[in-house]
Amino acid sequence: MYFQPEIETMPREELFQLQLERIGETLRNAYENVPFYRQQFDEAGVRPEDFRSFEDLQRFPFLVKQDMRDAYPYGLFARPNKDVARIHASSGTTGQATVVGHTAADLRNWGDCFARGIAMVGGSADSTLQVSYGYGLFTGGLGAHAGGEAMGCTVIPTSSGNTKRQVQMMRDLGTDILACTPSYALFIADTAIEMGYDPAKDFKISAGIFGAEPCSQNMRDEISEKLGIQYCDVYGLSEVMGPGVAMECAERNGLHIAEDHFYCEILDPDTLAPVPDGEWGELVITTLTRECCPLVRYRTRDVTRIISEPCACGRTHRKIDKLRGRTDDMLILRGVNVFPSQIEQVITSFEEVVPHYQIVLSTRGPLDHIEVQVETVPEFPFDEVRKLEDLRKRLAAELKGNLQIAVDVKIVEPKTIARSEGKAKRVIDNREAGNR
Amino acid sequence: MILQLSVFMQNERGRMADACRTIADAGIDIHALFVADTEQFGVLRALCDTPATAAERMQQAGWRATVTPVIGVRVDDVPGGLAALLTFLDERDVNVEYGYCVSLEDGSAVNILKTDGDKALEAVLAEAGFAIARPEEIYDID
Ligand SMILES: [Zn+2]
Repeated sequence: MYFQPEIETMPREELFQLQLERIGETLRNAYENVPFYRQQFDEAGVRPEDFRSFEDLQRFPFLVKQDMRDAYPYGLFARPNKDVARIHASSGTTGQATVVGHTAADLRNWGDCFARGIAMVGGSADSTLQVSYGYGLFTGGLGAHAGGEAMGCTVIPTSSGNTKRQVQMMRDLGTDILACTPSYALFIADTAIEMGYDPAKDFKISAGIFGAEPCSQNMRDEISEKLGIQYCDVYGLSEVMGPGVAMECAERNGLHIAEDHFYCEILDPDTLAPVPDGEWGELVITTLTRECCPLVRYRTRDVTRIISEPCACGRTHRKIDKLRGRTDDMLILRGVNVFPSQIEQVITSFEEVVPHYQIVLSTRGPLDHIEVQVETVPEFPFDEVRKLEDLRKRLAAELKGNLQIAVDVKIVEPKTIARSEGKAKRVIDNREAGNR
Repeated sequence: MILQLSVFMQNERGRMADACRTIADAGIDIHALFVADTEQFGVLRALCDTPATAAERMQQAGWRATVTPVIGVRVDDVPGGLAALLTFLDERDVNVEYGYCVSLEDGSAVNILKTDGDKALEAVLAEAGFAIARPEEIYDID
């Protein structure tokens, strides 16, 4: 049931104590071994010994992605080359790649973190784990692989691609757990169905561990149904480690953070002040055990919230909610943080409207005015004004409940909202400059 | 039943003219036209020739358009004629979504009603003595 019961169900007081000690060690490791951190801490006028309580951490400077790019290649390594066991790198599509080093102990911890997720989906040494994440510099493949080995699973390193063969192996070798990106999981499921199988019935598979890209609730449901599995959402990013930073248990109400390895803060992305548990904000991570690349207050730009209520699964580590988006997408409307993904969630739950929508912002007097434009499905009985008005009211009420601010819903003619293959332009901001 | 052309329109200047032009460009005659509008949008309702073709042409031109079955009942030229009809429907729990009156070329008038009743309603009305208008009395059917 648990992979490391003594850690995963550790009393919270003990866990806090462990985190305090380990944050101190991370600060010392960073300050003593990485000139970049030493300079940053000195400039901020703080030293590792100033850290005595969690509040003290707020005095330490943040680390951002650009710092990691600037440090390319070895600027953030706290260990000499002889202690480095492996290098991973994130793609450099939006600039310089970021390089991250791992010692043998770092890799062991990574495997342990991921193995906890394998236990969450009912896996054991008896399970066969098929890793269909890409292997290589990308952390998905080798991260999941390490988890499977830590658990003692039979690991099938299919990597991604050659999907028909993947399906054949999944069937013939009796895969129990599949690990890959959600979009690839859906593609594998569809390929299996095209090949004439019903994987939910015909295959042994009982669980999937999916991450590394956003996935809507609809898509999760579709994957779970088609494969007939328990869906486990895994969070991780290559800068911080890779998949396994947080994993979703069978309660399906958030992802347990590996709190013995990571300390998480949630901050208001605007003011950078901490928000109370349960409120949404930017996830900021401090690594607790990493030797080679300790990260102090790394701003992930991912938006989530802490779920601190005890979990029925018995694990004491707190959870983060399913990611809501990136801080880059966040809008501040009448002082409230709003993510287009929240609006999308509401709209896709109404079958009367098509999933395309547009948000038009303008300034009315001193206030932001928010208009959400939607199109009805062709079958909608638009001939009756009452039904259109009723739809508008229900949508507006649902959006207000979700966003905490009032929005105007406007039903528009078909094709008013541009369709796009790639990233659709969802937000049109016509607000006066001072209000943006 | 009479088929009415229904078109969804954004409440913007010129949209009604655009809609009528699209119908005219298809060579289709409009006999009667009504618009129900709110602050934001309007629904154009038209009795025109070949309504199914008209709806298809409108859809091809990018409009949200459809045909809506409605009932046409000839109006008695006596006080209370319309009231008798509505009372009759109400007693049978038939809701009237909307209604309007059109005059035909022969000078007679017809009440057009959109109800939530099914196809059998026409027969029920006829049996009760109401004069049901046939589509071909109003437009060229397709
Ligand atoms: Zn749990």
